[in-house]
Amino acid sequence: MAVTTMIGAKIHRREDPRLVTGHGSYVDDMQQVGMAYMSVVRSSQAHARIKSIDITDASKAPGVVAIYTARDFKAVLSGGLPVTESLIADKKYVPNQFPIAESEVVYFGEPVAVVLADERYQAADAAERVQVEYDPLPVVVDFEKAMQKGSEKAHSDGPDNIAWDVNFPGGDIEAAFKEADVTVKERIIQQRVFPMSMEPRTVMANFVPFANQLTLWTSTQVPHFVRIFLCFGLGIPESQIRVIAPDVGGGFGSKLRPYPEEYLAAASSKLSGRPVKWVEGRTENLQATTHGRGHIFDVEVAAKKDGTLLGLKVTNLSDNGAYVGVFGALQSALALLLAPGCYKWEAVHGRTVGILTNKMSTDPYRGAGRPEAAHLVERAVDLVAQELKMDPAELRRKNFPSEAEFPFTNALGMVYDSGNYAKTLDKAQQMVGYDDLRRRQSELRKQGRYLGIGLSTYVEICGVGPSAATSHVSGNLSLVESSVVRVHPTGSVTVAVGTHSHGQGHDTTFAQIVADALGVPYESVEIHHGDTADTPFGYGTYGSRSLAVGGISIYTSCQKVVDKAKKIAAHMLEAADDDVVFDQGRFHVKGSPERAKTMGEVAFAAHLPGLPEGMEAGLEAVTYFDPPNFTWPFGAHICVVEVDPETGAVDIQKYIAVDDCGNIINPMIVDGQIHGGVAQGIGQALFEEVVYAEDTGQLRTGTLLDYNIPGMGEIPELELDRTITPSPTNVLGVKGVGEAGTIAASAAVINAVVDALSPFGIKHVDMPASPDRLWKMIKEARK
Amino acid sequence: MKHKVATTVNGRRHEHEVEPRLLLVHYLRDVVGLTGTHIGCDTSQCGACTILVDGKAVKSCTMFAVQAEGRNLTTIEGMAKDGQLHPLQQAFWDEHGLQCGYCTPGFIMAAAYLLSQNPNPTDDEIRKGLEGNLCRCTGYVNIIKSVRSAAAAMGGAPARAGEKSVAGR
Repeated sequence: MAVTTMIGAKIHRREDPRLVTGHGSYVDDMQQVGMAYMSVVRSSQAHARIKSIDITDASKAPGVVAIYTARDFKAVLSGGLPVTESLIADKKYVPNQFPIAESEVVYFGEPVAVVLADERYQAADAAERVQVEYDPLPVVVDFEKAMQKGSEKAHSDGPDNIAWDVNFPGGDIEAAFKEADVTVKERIIQQRVFPMSMEPRTVMANFVPFANQLTLWTSTQVPHFVRIFLCFGLGIPESQIRVIAPDVGGGFGSKLRPYPEEYLAAASSKLSGRPVKWVEGRTENLQATTHGRGHIFDVEVAAKKDGTLLGLKVTNLSDNGAYVGVFGALQSALALLLAPGCYKWEAVHGRTVGILTNKMSTDPYRGAGRPEAAHLVERAVDLVAQELKMDPAELRRKNFPSEAEFPFTNALGMVYDSGNYAKTLDKAQQMVGYDDLRRRQSELRKQGRYLGIGLSTYVEICGVGPSAATSHVSGNLSLVESSVVRVHPTGSVTVAVGTHSHGQGHDTTFAQIVADALGVPYESVEIHHGDTADTPFGYGTYGSRSLAVGGISIYTSCQKVVDKAKKIAAHMLEAADDDVVFDQGRFHVKGSPERAKTMGEVAFAAHLPGLPEGMEAGLEAVTYFDPPNFTWPFGAHICVVEVDPETGAVDIQKYIAVDDCGNIINPMIVDGQIHGGVAQGIGQALFEEVVYAEDTGQLRTGTLLDYNIPGMGEIPELELDRTITPSPTNVLGVKGVGEAGTIAASAAVINAVVDALSPFGIKHVDMPASPDRLWKMIKEARK
Repeated sequence: MKHKVATTVNGRRHEHEVEPRLLLVHYLRDVVGLTGTHIGCDTSQCGACTILVDGKAVKSCTMFAVQAEGRNLTTIEGMAKDGQLHPLQQAFWDEHGLQCGYCTPGFIMAAAYLLSQNPNPTDDEIRKGLEGNLCRCTGYVNIIKSVRSAAAAMGGAPARAGEKSVAGR
């Protein structure tokens, strides 16, 4: 590549002027003429048979257009929601999910009817007047109990509650444990959490009768993916469906699947002949948008007394909810494949059991399996350090692969592309003043004050994914990413991509890449995403894949454009192709830079007669990029807390994050991603937990009054730094950063809390480490 | 039964007949047609719908439209003047104080009120002043920076030194 000017520069986001002035365009900001509002009647029961649905009274409510139940939808919808066939070889039972319950409801909040009305409030009013009679069935809430033989069943017609049961063996685990001087064991809970994007989901559907055309505006991370499944469900050709994901107010993994309401709004528009809009309320969002995490990890570690790690056994129980999430199993797979973390082990053995319960499905939430992996292995090495009375930083450093050992194959066969784990840890320790802090900690302990220092040295996986590696765990998806780069006759550039930006700033960063790759002004590059009508098929944005897969696709398209432009320039300069050099947007004959053609001039020529013989007009290229490997960002976070033993309150005094996500396109955006990621990790560590009533399966944390996401007072100042270890996997050397903060943070915080409370003999604390939980633990320990 | 309501929104007078139960936020979005004010919850926790009512920050989901009779309302659309961003809008842009942008109008309006009461807030005062607004993207770090920098631009004290969250490159 020529000398870069835009890649790596702090460019302010071009998205922002419209967003800071109220001119964003989220789905609920749009209307259609003649539009009806849809309200969803949801199950008040976690598990019951539907005895009857009486719409007589509701039908008389003002403004009602129509009321539909499963029976009506069966006329226009078929099949079920997709589930990636992850782990299918060992799959036991994956129930089909029709978008609306017909005879049996299996979770609180499941759709049972929809009401269309002329106005927003009328739809809500009428929905309250739909009378549903239920015959209650036994409710399955505790997922550990649910896996036992003879348990009540989440689906009355299922064989049991086991969605899958799979082993991930790596090395001779028994030998590793035989060799051990010390073993430790712990149960580590990953509580359920709400992803809670600030914009709840919203759908607007417009089916044009007689034309058999559907346009669907939806708040999603994956417009192309939604279109495919609407095509299957509604029997409308994919070419006749246009899905538009305009401005989307955050996703965090909760908007990366087709949802029942997308099918129901589209089908309702078809049935009623009117455009239909559905806006999810927050309370509804907590019931009906997928939850994150929801695991138990039983962990056993074997080590030598000098701190050498030997073996790790992990059993994962995953609370799937009533239906296996679209990517539900992928999270458990990732949690196990990354359980070795950034350490050398002789052997690692994982087992995962997916379990059905009468709750909302769990599906990806920022990190999707990697925060779980980082949390368990970072807790595990701290447990060993505590047992051996070793410094946790020293123990970590002892077990890192050295820089020379990359590409490094972990104990489960995953190949980490590049890394220098000691370097990020060194830097983080320096920043926090580690040795001084340890001294201060012991002084404070003498005064009865409990300071804790928590480390989290993580490695994660981005750039999902090379289809060769992922297709067998992703239901045969290829997970490529696409781009079309089109240079217009006057030299400006339109780039259409299959990814979707909902806060990540792709309009800016992708344009930075194109500006450098084509040597054109940044301002002349326009990025299109989110509308299936003018973008190529792509799998969408999640798993920190948009740059390492989508960005490389764009860069590759640009290279193809440059190759063609070079031939045209050579023709214009009356030179041989091989004699022409491309340098920062200018083509010239080697040695004669003064006589050059710009990309703009070449683009104009590309649309005129007189091209080289046999060459087609135009200047554009398409790429579907399938990466050769994943990318492997890493880093070291250190959290310092003080715990008040009288109240159990945790005060985060310092938070240091040193991350390495390879080469950087825009440092401002990278830092922003780390900030937000860390805040979500802190949220899970200290505040957040979804609670269902054990007996009835009712959602007890059903509003933002009952569920605490961190506000400004809860997130401390974050101190960031980075190292840069380019990825050898792709030509830009980039890795990905969307989830790193979340992956690292919960372990750093909890390790700090445990470290603070270690004088009480406390070895482990589950999340959220609320004042209530800690106060009880301290009280118990003092007995 | 519908009630007459007359308001001034961003300097322009509006008269409509609305249901007495219509929330102010729905009035602004669906009746007046200003969709920059967002809705992020249904229990008045998130602050996405914050506007100014006679200069005071109000979560517009906590008022009925009819209660706004005769009031002067300012929404995010009324902040930029003559093609120039308001200093808070400029600061959120400059300091990367937003990602998905959904909570941003509410934050800017709440911050506008805060700065009208306290032109030079400390970080703690910013945290307290904006505790009624939630953001899930930014971790708040750059929102605090944005408010600090807007305060400086609007004539408060210069942005504080010792600002820590800048990554080295």
